[in-house]
Amino acid sequence: MKRAWHRDGGNQGPTGPDDEVGGIGHACPAAAPEAISQAGLRGTPMDLASETQARDAVVRRLRLHATRIRRDVVDMVTEAQSGHIGGSLSAADIVAALFFHHMRHDPADHRWPDRDRYVQSKGHACPVLYSALAQAGYIEHDEIRTFRKMDSRLQGHPCKAKLPYLEYTTGSLGQGLSGALGMALAARLDKNDFRVYCLMGDGEQQEGQIWEAAMAAAHYEADNLIGILDRNGLQIDGATEEIMALGDIGAKYEAFGWHVIPIDGHDPDAILDALIAADAAAGHGKPVLILAHTVKGKGVSFMEGSISFHGRPCTPDEYAIASEELRITREDAERALHDAGEPVPPVGREGVTARQRKPAARTQEAPA
Amino acid sequence: MKVTLYPEFTHRKSLRDAASHVLIEIGRADERVVVLDADLALSTKTIRFGQMFPERFFDMGISEQNMMGVAAGLAAAGKKAVAATFAAFATGQCYNVIRQSIAYAHHDVTIYATHAGISVGGDGATHQMLEDIGLMRMLPNMWVFAPADATEMGPVLKAAVGRDGPAYVRCGRSDEPILFERYEEFEVGKALTLTDPGSDVTVCSTGSMTRYAVEAVEALRKDGIDAGHLHFPTIKPLDADALRAAADASGCLVTAEEHNVIGGFGSACLEALSEGDPVPLHRVGTSDTFGESGGGQALMDKYGLSTGHIEQAARRVMARR
Repeated sequence: MKRAWHRDGGNQGPTGPDDEVGGIGHACPAAAPEAISQAGLRGTPMDLASETQARDAVVRRLRLHATRIRRDVVDMVTEAQSGHIGGSLSAADIVAALFFHHMRHDPADHRWPDRDRYVQSKGHACPVLYSALAQAGYIEHDEIRTFRKMDSRLQGHPCKAKLPYLEYTTGSLGQGLSGALGMALAARLDKNDFRVYCLMGDGEQQEGQIWEAAMAAAHYEADNLIGILDRNGLQIDGATEEIMALGDIGAKYEAFGWHVIPIDGHDPDAILDALIAADAAAGHGKPVLILAHTVKGKGVSFMEGSISFHGRPCTPDEYAIASEELRITREDAERALHDAGEPVPPVGREGVTARQRKPAARTQEAPA
Repeated sequence: MKVTLYPEFTHRKSLRDAASHVLIEIGRADERVVVLDADLALSTKTIRFGQMFPERFFDMGISEQNMMGVAAGLAAAGKKAVAATFAAFATGQCYNVIRQSIAYAHHDVTIYATHAGISVGGDGATHQMLEDIGLMRMLPNMWVFAPADATEMGPVLKAAVGRDGPAYVRCGRSDEPILFERYEEFEVGKALTLTDPGSDVTVCSTGSMTRYAVEAVEALRKDGIDAGHLHFPTIKPLDADALRAAADASGCLVTAEEHNVIGGFGSACLEALSEGDPVPLHRVGTSDTFGESGGGQALMDKYGLSTGHIEQAARRVMARR
């Protein structure tokens, strides 16, 4: 199915400072050969040097977004004195790339029918999602302080009925991929080219329903469905390979009929390449799994690889150290932007790039 | 609500059969409607919808949990989803998926469950679902329906699918006598008065037990007992007002359902009544037991689900007034 705009290159989308920085149309070494050739056919021709420059600018910006998200995650869980830090931090780079570069969505119209869908099957890591929604201006940034508190829209696990900007309700693990598949099938029925991104945890791969959904997605050739597996290797009781080994999880998805793209889930460049390759795979009849190798607790030294930070908040001392580390990371990211002569992206709706949002032309054409 | 009763139970038809035609009607009127099944499309008869609208029909294979999740996802993207399979698998196998992805999320999914109850017969207890009303009515946001015959399946299914939210519709496997010749003005959450509440006793029935209750009330009235009869196609939201009025008029009640007496329709009536002035109430249903293989009708008799059992319950409860 043909995408109407934005990832196919320059001519239909809006023009603006973000349009040429997409790194559009080139694919990564990890992509399948057909994905590379497909991607090569799509993008606006650019010479290699300017393409690399544009990509570098996106990566610099995403590093800052991911750091802001990490800071929010630590703040939220500390403020609430409960919640899941580790699995939120491991997904921060992926979520930043989706919400602040790759996904088609518009905080000014959360019901835009053409928006890409984001389903977070690992619902416990919702701090990363709430932060993305706050950073993107769907909710006021202050609202993240209500996380897990009485009368909050930010439930301990994502509840769509309370927070309409969510696409799906999750928490009990293993259910998100089925819902994402349903959305992908609906897109096909409606002849809409939106994509569905489903972030999954690795622990929840132990749920049978995941494999029911994996089988069904391949059967229905849902190539508009992109699973992203946050492979941080840890679950509550220990290492996944000790508790209930996933083994070669990529091979398992491949055996189920998926196209698998393994990447370093903390490298923005690799994440972008994988997302582009996943787009290029559309039309080939296979759902895509981005197998993102990550580190639980990534970004805060003493949380990295820590099982205990799966579900416990920081002590005041730990919070002080985490804050300091994340401050340094943020300043580094801001300095990199400054040194390159690029603006620091604002927090709120303007932080979502123009190329992600509803085209102005489309808004004008829409019936009142 | 208005119905015209058939004078005799001369016509028989399965509710599944009726539902299959109603689904096509609904699907023709609203192209958002999609139907899913889990490798039982020939039994539930959703295959007819599939033949008519192949693009909007999804056989998910033998994976009920995924079916419920995919239905929820379709609903999340603007479809009106109907997920069909046997009641045991629809509810028991999928409880937590229904709870989170459908009920809590308030997604527009109608769970259409066939083969509810012990009259399933030869398949035995694994397939004779007697706890589904309890499971489904316990879920916040869920509506629960048990139509009595093929005629009533039409308005019930339309109301369930018409709701922008979750609903559960149960029916049995067997051909059932047609009770209602015509059915107009179905109202969700309203009981249907088949015989005005009597001064001696009122029978409140749901689903497949309503035809037996009709016979029991007739027999009681022939014996000079002033017996009334309310039929509840909607179990949740329960028509507590009609129930209260019947309790006040009769001073005692009998409930009848093809379901365990624990947690089912009778329990719902007890709960509603006990908030006010309770009256003696006897529940006709299966008594905290699993079923077994056998003929459907023979099993109904053996497990206490017959006209005679309703009559006996009425006489016993009257004595306690």
